[in-house]
Amino acid sequence: MGIEQIFAAIPWETIIIQTVNGIVTGMILALIASGLTLIFGIMDVVNFAHGELFMLGAYIGVVVITTSGSFWLALVIATLVVALLGAALQITTLRPLLGRDPLTTILATFGISLVLQNYALWQFGPVARKIQEPFTGYFTLFYLEYPWYRLLIAALSAAIIGAFWLFLKYGKYGVWIRATTQDRVMAQAMGIPVPWVHTGAFAIGAGMAAASGVLFGPLVGVNHAMGLDWILKAFIVVVVGGMGSLGGSIAASIFISLLEAYASIWVSPAQAGIVSFVVLILTLLFRPTGLFVPTPK
Amino acid sequence: MSKRSATVYWTGFAIILALLIVAPLVLPEFWRRFVTEILIWGLLAMSSDILIGYTGMVSFGHSAFFGLGMYGAAAALLMVRPPNLWLAIVYGLIGSAAIGLFVAYFSTRLRDIYFAITTLIFSQIFYVIIFTWTEVTGGENGLSFRRPPLAIPGLFSAPFTAETLHWFVLAVVTASYLILRRITQSPFGMVLQSIRENEPRTRAIGYAVERYKIVAVMLSALFAGLAGVLYAVQNRFAAPDFVYFLVSGETVIFNVMGGIGTLVGPIVGAGFFLLLREAFSRFFTEYYLIPVGIIFIAMVIFMPQGLLGFMRRWLNR
Repeated sequence: MGIEQIFAAIPWETIIIQTVNGIVTGMILALIASGLTLIFGIMDVVNFAHGELFMLGAYIGVVVITTSGSFWLALVIATLVVALLGAALQITTLRPLLGRDPLTTILATFGISLVLQNYALWQFGPVARKIQEPFTGYFTLFYLEYPWYRLLIAALSAAIIGAFWLFLKYGKYGVWIRATTQDRVMAQAMGIPVPWVHTGAFAIGAGMAAASGVLFGPLVGVNHAMGLDWILKAFIVVVVGGMGSLGGSIAASIFISLLEAYASIWVSPAQAGIVSFVVLILTLLFRPTGLFVPTPK
Repeated sequence: MSKRSATVYWTGFAIILALLIVAPLVLPEFWRRFVTEILIWGLLAMSSDILIGYTGMVSFGHSAFFGLGMYGAAAALLMVRPPNLWLAIVYGLIGSAAIGLFVAYFSTRLRDIYFAITTLIFSQIFYVIIFTWTEVTGGENGLSFRRPPLAIPGLFSAPFTAETLHWFVLAVVTASYLILRRITQSPFGMVLQSIRENEPRTRAIGYAVERYKIVAVMLSALFAGLAGVLYAVQNRFAAPDFVYFLVSGETVIFNVMGGIGTLVGPIVGAGFFLLLREAFSRFFTEYYLIPVGIIFIAMVIFMPQGLLGFMRRWLNR
């Protein structure tokens, strides 16, 4: 077989479509994972309940849309409500654990995730709900009618992450967050109210998870177990990207989502999920500090 | 252990064992099954205590070992005619040991939270494989099979009754407890505990920490697989739900509720959890995890030693 034949055998159109798909899911994943990274980086808390915050955000979106009819109002309200909920959870369960073994925070947040997940099942029932897209335009991508909304998700996620980055870089409270991440004790000595910075960071992370829940809602049904898939992927992304590195987890999100999108050309989506597991294992074997961070000295 | 303290310990042990032996004869059908189930989940929790309590590594992937034990037993019971209980145990142990070696090799390179996440993700890999490989594993529906008779080759063979099943499970769990207790008190167990207390120093003394950790994970996997075999024999099926990471999460909950590093604590924790589930199911039906989850969070914050934590030193003497 000549080079030309191999070249012709590659389904270019499918690959391009899957590239677009991969980038869209990658941006959603990046939005979830950056909240997780923020929380991990600043207080060494692996937030098992992050997927449930994502799920609750989507449900609050459903409720607001059915009452008010506005998608954008739903996005804002879900973000704010879940951010407040995150702050409350942090104050009641994580603050007492500060200074204890980081593993206890895994246990506490695992407990929170069980409670939230069953609460959603109790409140909203097992039937998946649907969020209506804010607009339903299509454009033609080869043989597909591709919805504009998907591209909008990617753009909005990028905008939220960008705003968050600017906030961390230039905002007063953003500087507080970075200072606390670098050295908790020194930040305290400089007069930064560290416990409240922790609460604030947790709230921001929770709000970002909720926003991605509302944005992603129209693509899949909203149900009580939707957080589980995402939390595992977000963990993988955070480890592959290098724990606590924001840029690393964004790059890893897109990288892994692209790989999964390409894999699902040939195998079922459930099996394509294994690709991300394999990436994780290889990362842990050959570069345990993360793929997308500079080599530590 | 002083002589008097040893007497108290073994007396207590004998009394509890005697109560558990008598239990199926006096309890009604529902509670008899309940006690048997506590023992099986207790064995799973006890196996993970080797890692959590004695080596200081929190495994969130014990469902993989448990599930492979189940599927191993299923393979033996479905493929070999006539079904043989001991072969089921051997197959289950081989299955969980193979997976244990694989997981241990990769995950012990990492510590703390990273170890927890890695084991969690490994268990999900096996979940996806079992869930999607329908031709071999039965996919979502799992596999069901007949219960093998309780037999000693050449001596006797009798079908399991509820009582003999309970006694068989009790015998296996008791033997496992004594073996694990012996292991934790052996020089090997001491090295594990010194890894928990101070890993760099243990390494500096000259122990090959990684090798000890791999053996600890494998040991833990073996006993978790044994629990899986027992559960498969009790319920006559193997299902992918038991490989899902919620089972691993429950295992950790049993440990924390009962008290880590005590071996019996996890069994008590399993009993406590299942009792809470029974009690709250009456009012909350399938949403029992809401109150149980809140109790669990409260215990993590206010009672990190668990129910039996106060006896920890004494139980390990």
